[in-house]
Amino acid sequence: MEIFYSLLPELIRMVVCAICGAVIVFGNALVMGYAERKLAGHIMFRPGPMEVGPHGIYQLVVDGLKLMGKQLVIPKNADKPLFMLAPLLAFGPVFVPLLVIPFSDKIQGFDHDIGLLVILALASINLLAILTGGWASNNKYSLFGAFRAVSQNVAYEIPMLLSLLSIVFMTNTFSLKGVVAAQSPVWFIIIQPLAFLIYLVALVAETNRAPFDLPEAESELTAGFHTEYSGMSFSLFVLGEYANMFIVCSVATVFFLGGSSGIPLPYFEYSGVIWFLLKVYALMFFLVWIRWTYPRTRFDQLMNFCWKYLIPFSLVNLLITVVMVKLL
Amino acid sequence: MSMDVEILEDPKHHRYVLNMGPQHPSTHGVLRVLLELEGEYAMELLPVLGYGHRCHEKIAEHKPVKSFMPNTARMDYLGALIYNHGYAQLLERAAGIEVPERVEYIRVITSELNRIQSHLLWYGAYLLDLGAFTPIMYSFDDREHILDILEDVTGSRLTYCYFRVGGVSKDIDDKFVTSTRAFVKRLRSRFPMYEDLVNGNIILQKRLIDVGELTPHTCARYGITGPLLRGTGVAYDMRRAEPYSIYSKFDFEIPTGTKGDCMASFMVRFHELEQSLRIIEQALDGLPEGPIMAAKVPKKLKIPAGDYNSSVEAPRGELSYYLVSDGSDVPYRLKVRTPSYSNLSVVPEMCQGMLLSDVVSAMGALDLVIPEIDR
Repeated sequence: MEIFYSLLPELIRMVVCAICGAVIVFGNALVMGYAERKLAGHIMFRPGPMEVGPHGIYQLVVDGLKLMGKQLVIPKNADKPLFMLAPLLAFGPVFVPLLVIPFSDKIQGFDHDIGLLVILALASINLLAILTGGWASNNKYSLFGAFRAVSQNVAYEIPMLLSLLSIVFMTNTFSLKGVVAAQSPVWFIIIQPLAFLIYLVALVAETNRAPFDLPEAESELTAGFHTEYSGMSFSLFVLGEYANMFIVCSVATVFFLGGSSGIPLPYFEYSGVIWFLLKVYALMFFLVWIRWTYPRTRFDQLMNFCWKYLIPFSLVNLLITVVMVKLL
Repeated sequence: MSMDVEILEDPKHHRYVLNMGPQHPSTHGVLRVLLELEGEYAMELLPVLGYGHRCHEKIAEHKPVKSFMPNTARMDYLGALIYNHGYAQLLERAAGIEVPERVEYIRVITSELNRIQSHLLWYGAYLLDLGAFTPIMYSFDDREHILDILEDVTGSRLTYCYFRVGGVSKDIDDKFVTSTRAFVKRLRSRFPMYEDLVNGNIILQKRLIDVGELTPHTCARYGITGPLLRGTGVAYDMRRAEPYSIYSKFDFEIPTGTKGDCMASFMVRFHELEQSLRIIEQALDGLPEGPIMAAKVPKKLKIPAGDYNSSVEAPRGELSYYLVSDGSDVPYRLKVRTPSYSNLSVVPEMCQGMLLSDVVSAMGALDLVIPEIDR
């Protein structure tokens, strides 16, 4: 009993964290789903969703209900257990990285020494989900999408890691809170602009969004890896994609944009959260903006760009950083 | 289908067959292409036709020549007026009917509007194939103005049946003239936006340059006409090569490319928009007064026995009608030469060894309209 009472605050904390994580994942999907459709509409000179509620704000709720009510179609020759597992695999791991992200200096699930590794390790599971889904669908288009996703993400994880590594060398810590604390005078985007650019490109490729949306290039591969998915299993992929966007944008905010630092607002202790979310959603807006502006790249061009430009440049950047850290 | 079996039974085990279509987002209709892939490279391609065949040529042999006019619009739903134009011209030539000058002007103006409309739709749909979602909304916005203008005068928005033997069904009014002039001005003002947003984009250029290269020789072998041929540097346009109607009166250029790749035909089509606008402007300036129907067009049109031909420049290339008459009012045989059919036939050769993404961009550059192939 003694042990129970001593653990109780920690248990409550865990439950609260889990609930907050769920709120963030679903809330973010609602906000981004609506914002993306609205922004896409305005970019295209059309109003976007308008019918359900004022300016269509309930559209996503209605869509969610519709997707939940839909039949889950499993193709006859699909690998059933894997087919069902893939959406869960895409959606399940997105809660954990949220725990280590410092939303402000006071709001954080738990600060761990290897926070960054937790995020990167769990973000890669999404890739496994895409591969599983594409393989299990037993559809050639899905398989193509899955193959493309794997080679693309494996390639782009390298420059992504290298650019973050140059920051880690400067701050000497994997803890996200430590990284935020280290940029109290100047944000790292000013000291490390190249690393930020590389991270930004790799981020678009990692989240499989246009112009790097090759795994789901619908004019070539119909719908890519989720061609055979319907209803809720399809929407779990979408939820996972939006959550991943949120996570990688949070990492960009923490590592380059000063995390929750900003002008403290009066009468509000947690003003850091507002700054943090503003920065994250500014990045997300950027992602939406380029998605609806550019055509899609070709697969070999995408890989060439990574291996011939991004990786060498990030290596050079890392080398310079290391030398500078040693000298200064 | 026997062809499928043949391609599937290939002993090269490391290759496999991908069935693209008939319901695929980038085949724009019911075209089916069998691809034999090695990795993502398409080693063999086989277009399979016949999903939308409606026996138009056979229908023509069973009804009076004048009643075939609506069918022409159903072949190429994007170039309906130009198809009307070719057929009306064929019958006028055959029966020796003089067409009033005003009619010719009206035909040219509406045909060119139709051509712009077709090119705008291709522009949006092609970029959609390449993964850019936004330009199609812009080009549809422009296209909608043409549809409104043509709807007022022809009564329909897509499959027009406006031309008649010896004239047109309805005269154009001042509203048509003013709204057409307004449209010409509007589209001109939109060109810089298209240039900035799309044509100069580095991703687009990387996707199109050096992809699907054609030579004039290849074009001659397959009978490729239209923007694809002009992209290789051959300035062959029926409006100039064999001036029909009153096209010889107008001052316009024939845009050509040099390399014959997708980018060349892309730019040729884009520049043709401007040239069509020029023709429309000149035609509106010189629009004469007069009747809209030839004086003596018999109700039952009997075509004297013999062979007749009429060729026009459709948005996708050269369109020819070939009529064999036995002297009655029903054709003995009507052969329609549609540009997309010949253009499609180059696909197996042009796309061999291409990446799947390039196959999509190369086939998009052909600007296929499937009902025109399966007619």
